[in-house]
This record gives sequence, C-alpha cells and structure tokens, in this order.
Amino acid sequence: MKNFIYQRQWGWLASGITLGLAFLLAVAFVKPVGVSTQFVILDGIVWDIFSDDVTIESSTSKTGYSSTNAYLNKGGGKYAKNIANPLNYSFIFVLAMVAGGFVGSKLQSDKVEKNEIYFIPKIWEKRFGSSLNKRYLATFLGGILVLFGARLAGGCTSGHMMSGIMQTSLSGYLFALGAFATAVPVAIMMYNKEE
Amino acid sequence: MNIILAIILGLLFGFVLQKSGAANPQRIIDMLRLKDFHLMKAIAVGIGTSSFSLFILLAINVIDVAHIGVKASYVGVIIGGAILGLGWAISGFCPGTGVVAVGTGRKDAMFFIVGGLLGAFIYTLLYGSLKTTFLFDSLGGKATLAATGSSKYIALLPSAPAFVIAGGIAISFIIIAWKLPNSQSNQV
Repeated sequence: MKNFIYQRQWGWLASGITLGLAFLLAVAFVKPVGVSTQFVILDGIVWDIFSDDVTIESSTSKTGYSSTNAYLNKGGGKYAKNIANPLNYSFIFVLAMVAGGFVGSKLQSDKVEKNEIYFIPKIWEKRFGSSLNKRYLATFLGGILVLFGARLAGGCTSGHMMSGIMQTSLSGYLFALGAFATAVPVAIMMYNKEE
Repeated sequence: MNIILAIILGLLFGFVLQKSGAANPQRIIDMLRLKDFHLMKAIAVGIGTSSFSLFILLAINVIDVAHIGVKASYVGVIIGGAILGLGWAISGFCPGTGVVAVGTGRKDAMFFIVGGLLGAFIYTLLYGSLKTTFLFDSLGGKATLAATGSSKYIALLPSAPAFVIAGGIAISFIIIAWKLPNSQSNQV
C-alpha cells in the first residue's frame, strides 16, 4: 500500500479502477464530477469586484440571484449565486483538486527535477524546440480553445466524457465524438512528423 | 458537510488524476497521436467500472437517483467538443488535468489556466448572442441509453433493465481497455 501511494505513476488498470472509484464516490455522495463551470465562476468572482451588476440579489429569481449577463443569469441565476457564494461544493472541489495534484507529486518517491525543460513535453521539444515562451504561448492559446469549447458544449472531459458516459448519457458520446474528431488528427499532424 | 465532502472528493480526484499520468501533457499527447494507449485504457476501465457500479447501486437504492445529473444534447455539444479537442491536442491539457497539473507545479499549466479563464470569459460575454443560434438546436435533450429511473431524463432503451444495458456497455469498455496495446514505457 505504501509503495502504491509513493509510486510515480500507476499502471493502466490501477489508474482506471481508482479513476472510476473517484467518479462513483462523487455521484454517490453529492453529484457527478465537473470542472469547467468553475472557470466561469472564478471569472465571475473577479468580475464581480469591478462591477455592481454581475450578481444581483433578486427575490424573483429561482436561486435568489440574477445577473445582467445572460450566461450568469441562466438557469435561474445559478452561476450568479455561486459567484456571490464562492464557498460552495463545486468551487471548493476544484480547488481541492489542485491540492490533490500537489500531494500526489510530493508523495512521489523518485523526485523529478523541475528545471525549465520539465515544462516542455519531450514530444513538443522534438518538434518545436526548447523555447519556453513558445510552449507557454501554446498552452495559453490551447486554454482559450479548451474552455471556450467546454462552455459551448456544457461540460468537459470530466463532466461530459467521464461522468456523462458513466451515466450512459447521449451527450457524453456526442462530446467524445466531437473532441476526438479534432484532437486525434491535430495531434498526429502536429507531433508525428519527426518520426 | 458539503464543503468537507468537496475537499475529500476533490483531493481524491486530483490525486488519482496525478497518479494516473493524466496531468502529464506528454501522456495526453501520446494518447491523442495514437502512440501510447495507457490513458485510453485507464479511461475505458474507469468508465466501465464506475458505470456498472452506478447502475447496480441505483437499482438497489444505495445511490439516490436525485444525485445523477444528465446533460442535454444539442449541436453545440459536438462543436464545442471539437473546439476543445483542438486546444487539447495543442496544449496536452483539459480543464481537470490542467488544474491538477498546476498543483504538481507545472508552469505551462498555469498559462493554460490563464488562457482557460479568458476562453470562459469570452464565452460568458458571447452567450447572449449565441443562445438563439443553431448551436443550441436540440439533438435529443437530456437522454441516456439506460433508464436511470428519474423522470427528468429520457431513456433511449427503456425496455431492458438498466443495469443490463449499462453492464453490457461497461463490459465493452473493459474489453476495449484490455485489447488496446500496452504502453511501451511506464515512465514518461
């Protein structure tokens, strides 16, 4: 057990079973795992500091909150409500994920030296060189696309693909179809040339 | 209580994503370029085992059906998925694995998160003008293959017992995981 916790990386079977368990426990105790909505909530928390009408307490809305922004006002103001009350389950869950990653990497018996090259995946370096700025620009642009896409789809790999297909949701399959349809050809075009 | 559960379940999920290698963009890119199926196998086993357990536990009322949450199907699910797929291949991160990678100390993941916050903000501003377009045309609404037992969701295969359908799908996923080629290297 101790070795298992300290291993740098688990094999596919152990990874799969523990991943499945994490998704199952979340739905058993609270609700399916979701991540991408919380990017909107964090944006809203910051935006709320600078503007008065991002969240408005409203007795006529279902959640008690509304917003002048159509997206934050959606579903009876549920995003506006969570922005006004950041200490809610979904937001804390995502913050705890950061801590989970931290604990996981700290409890690793063979330490990886986090020198500059560590932030560039080997395959990226082979294809695009060892410029850190280039890599950072790519992850920044990738981030814009990933979260814009996830919000349009109404969920991401966690919410749609894993939680969705777990529940046999049609939307989970449609999302996976869309995501792999671009991700696989783009990854092959971008990274497979050097071989 | 909910906050304590959020901390425990979030910690567990983050820890597992890190240990499975999903927070390592090299692993993601190698999966997407079809060179290393470690993560694909893990995802398939994860979906298979959790789905089968979920429908068994729903059938014997251990899990409250009010806890499940099925998302709607509309055109934007596919198009949004495709846009996400582009960024996923470029960066090697998705929202959850990017968040966990920040916890492991990856600076490239921090740039991903900042980009993600911008992308989500752009969407927040554009939603008002997108919501009346074809992107939100329904493709079946909140539908599942196996009957969940909740009247909020449409069951596409209502005649067979739910755990038989979910079980069949789960077994298919586990067979796929088992049949996909093994990873060439365990350490990337």
